[in-house]
Amino acid sequence: MSTRKQFCTFSLNGLFFGVEVLRVQEVIRYQEMTAVPLAPAMVEGLINLRGQIVTAIDLRRRLELPPRTGDSLPLNVVVRSDDGAVSLLVDEIGDVVEIDDEAFERKPETLTGVARELVQGVYKLRDRLLLVLDTERTINVTSPGSHAQ
Amino acid sequence: MTTNDELQQQLIKDLLIESFEGLDRFDREMLALEKGAGTSDTPNIIFRVIHTIKGTAGCLGLSKIESVAHVGENLLSALREGKVSVTPPLINALLAYADALREMLRSLETERHEGEADYSELLRRLQDLNCETAAPVPPAAPAAPAGWGLFEEEPSAESPVTPPPATVAKAPPIMPEIEPAARPGSGGTPANAPSAADSAIRVNVDQLDKLMNLVGELVLARNQIVQHCGPAQDHGLLAASQRLNLITTELQEGVMKTRMQPIGNIWAKFPRVVRDVAGELGKEVQLVMEGNQTELDRTIIEAIKDPLTHIVRNAIDHGIEGPAERRAAGKPDTGMLILRAFHEGGQVNIEIMDDGRGVNIVRVKQKAIERGLVSVEQAGRLSDREALNLIFLPGFSTAEKVTNVSGRGVGMDVVKTNIEKIGGAVDVVSDSGRGSTVKIKIPLTLAIIPALIVTSGGERFAIPQVSLLELVRLEDDQKRKGIELLCGTPVYRLRGRLLPLCYLNQQLKLVPATAGQLAADLAQADAVNMVVLQADGRQFGLVVDQINDTEEIVVKPLGKQLKGIACFAGATIMGDGRVALILDVLGLAQHANIVSEVRDRAQPDKARTDQTVGDRQTLLLFDAGASTRMAIPLSMVARLEEFPRKSLERSGEQEVIQYRGQIIPLIRVADHIARVGILPEDLSDPMQVVIYAENGRSVGLVVGRIDDIVEEVITVKRESSGRGTLGSVVIKEKVTDLLDVSAIIRAADPAFYLDHPATLAA
Repeated sequence: MSTRKQFCTFSLNGLFFGVEVLRVQEVIRYQEMTAVPLAPAMVEGLINLRGQIVTAIDLRRRLELPPRTGDSLPLNVVVRSDDGAVSLLVDEIGDVVEIDDEAFERKPETLTGVARELVQGVYKLRDRLLLVLDTERTINVTSPGSHAQ
Repeated sequence: MTTNDELQQQLIKDLLIESFEGLDRFDREMLALEKGAGTSDTPNIIFRVIHTIKGTAGCLGLSKIESVAHVGENLLSALREGKVSVTPPLINALLAYADALREMLRSLETERHEGEADYSELLRRLQDLNCETAAPVPPAAPAAPAGWGLFEEEPSAESPVTPPPATVAKAPPIMPEIEPAARPGSGGTPANAPSAADSAIRVNVDQLDKLMNLVGELVLARNQIVQHCGPAQDHGLLAASQRLNLITTELQEGVMKTRMQPIGNIWAKFPRVVRDVAGELGKEVQLVMEGNQTELDRTIIEAIKDPLTHIVRNAIDHGIEGPAERRAAGKPDTGMLILRAFHEGGQVNIEIMDDGRGVNIVRVKQKAIERGLVSVEQAGRLSDREALNLIFLPGFSTAEKVTNVSGRGVGMDVVKTNIEKIGGAVDVVSDSGRGSTVKIKIPLTLAIIPALIVTSGGERFAIPQVSLLELVRLEDDQKRKGIELLCGTPVYRLRGRLLPLCYLNQQLKLVPATAGQLAADLAQADAVNMVVLQADGRQFGLVVDQINDTEEIVVKPLGKQLKGIACFAGATIMGDGRVALILDVLGLAQHANIVSEVRDRAQPDKARTDQTVGDRQTLLLFDAGASTRMAIPLSMVARLEEFPRKSLERSGEQEVIQYRGQIIPLIRVADHIARVGILPEDLSDPMQVVIYAENGRSVGLVVGRIDDIVEEVITVKRESSGRGTLGSVVIKEKVTDLLDVSAIIRAADPAFYLDHPATLAA
């Protein structure tokens, strides 16, 4: 009686992440962006998604990973939230995978840093591990206001 | 199961919307009936409203509403058939009855049940009214209670309603009038016939918002197509793009219109409010409404509903006198309250006029002093207009006694805040003994605003036109001379007044800039583009790289990740599809320390004593002449001048000097600050004069020596240490007195502040 869930997967700095597919509104290629002065560093900018203004968060910076190198452009994974859509910038987009709940394991206690806060748990796939992101927390970048910098 | 629940919820929602509307109509028709202005159809309309509520409530199993509605329905049915006549008690009871229904509906809306209130007394009143006239007709009397009894079996919280005691029932009718015969047409209309309003349908507001968004998108696509077609040679394409252009514009206007509502929608409830409030206070008030059809965006309609109600209540409670007082003042017994709305200059104006006693300025001042809102001294200095504005301070209420009607803690300050929140302004004009007028100006819509587009650091920004005063462009020479640095703080002399400047690049950290860098940039640029803005009553110049154009922009909110940045009010999508940020002028001014972080309304003469407490400010330090170090805010200084002693002249008692074609009075600061010891008469030559200008008048303050200009966070360490000072502060490790400029000027030249009401910065 195990249940299965679908995840939209993507990679960031060689790590394999997933977000529950039901939370994902769409995946789009890189869009021109308007930078927001004084915003928290992880906010990359604003994009126009068919008339809706969507905040794009650089997941690398959010997860305190090293900055993107080379000239490959990130992709937008647009997730739904109570506060409208938010885009997560990722390196590469993967497949939608369906995984059995049995493969789930809680995040190891030894996990430190931001990852501990943002990763919900781990799915053990055959060849690698899928880190499941807590989207609500991930997009919850409370702006420290204009005095932060 | 859940779908059933959802269906039930949806039905209840429909019932609520329909019933509230119906009850408003009920009120209006009742009032018409009371005035004798009802038509033959009025009793039918009233009856139908209640009948519909009863019917729907019954279907949804809302037994309490149904049973209460039923009692009224009986009475209304009698009214419709002409069995009862229209009397004041009847009207009162029926209005109270409508309120009871509203109360239950509201409780249903918020708490999902019909509420615990007990209406048995009200119901008895209604039955009594029915019985009074019904009593002579024997079969009617038992019929009403019997009909009522049907619903008694419902396990509701209300206490049983007993039939009225026989004595009451048999009391003679209050109104000896002959009952009107059944009105023509009343019999023919079926009770639940659909009203004539079938030409209108109800549309979900979200749906309209969605349409609005899509139209916004279409406008952008249209703009792009029109741009691309510009150079095209294909006539067919050109014609098509022109048509597209026209149709899109029309569509946009049409969709905008669907969001507009006539202000009459919220005014509709005022006759009732006025009637009730006036009745409660024993006053007679006639309400006149002009411009019912003036249209406003629905978001704005919502936002002004409560402030307007409050002003109306206030006008009746505090403004319009009782009949006796009015007679004594030679006015007709009935007071007039006029609501007027009209469009003007892209804004909506709403005026609430009464012909009451006006605002008693002396009492306003007293009250403000009592409440500690202003000091006695400050109050004395206020002009009438300034004093009038005191009523907008938080915690102010002129009501001698707190009445049920107004004075419940929410005051005019809330009115002002709410109106300003939607970009409006409110003002009071009062003519003592003749009445007062509250004037409100609000924008037509919040969704689309005119804005100036500027570029800085390669990014475009939109500045709402409301805060825009003027544009200044300085080239070459002007640029070098025009902008002066006061210890690194740039200022510009705009027609003789110092305008603090801030650089958008620097404020938003678009370029890494230090003061030195800034100066270098300044020297480099061909011209300086300055946008003169107003925030919180202060003017400042915002220097941008480039000024583009004005455009109508669609305001869109920012996500929560960015809400904390006070400098932005939202974002918009430009013609090329890219996003541009909308500047929040007040937030930006605060960020640049141009206005204090906390909007402090409790400081009425802000412009002068401004920010004496814990705020960063640029101060001019000088020696007053008796080795006293004093400071005044630099914002008050128009110029610093030197005059040779021989240019000193006299005009009567007053020392004056000729300055730029004007004769300006000189005030020796040393004479006006309390210090023991005789002051040295010999002034240094040349004299150091601080020119202070306000409202086109200037005065020269003679000081001993100009020391310095500093930017300090000043906190008053000691309250006023004597006349002519506001208090003492420590600046650069030395005790410095803050000069009370206005007090000194007033003492030396009482005429200075006369004849110009606008000394209040607000």
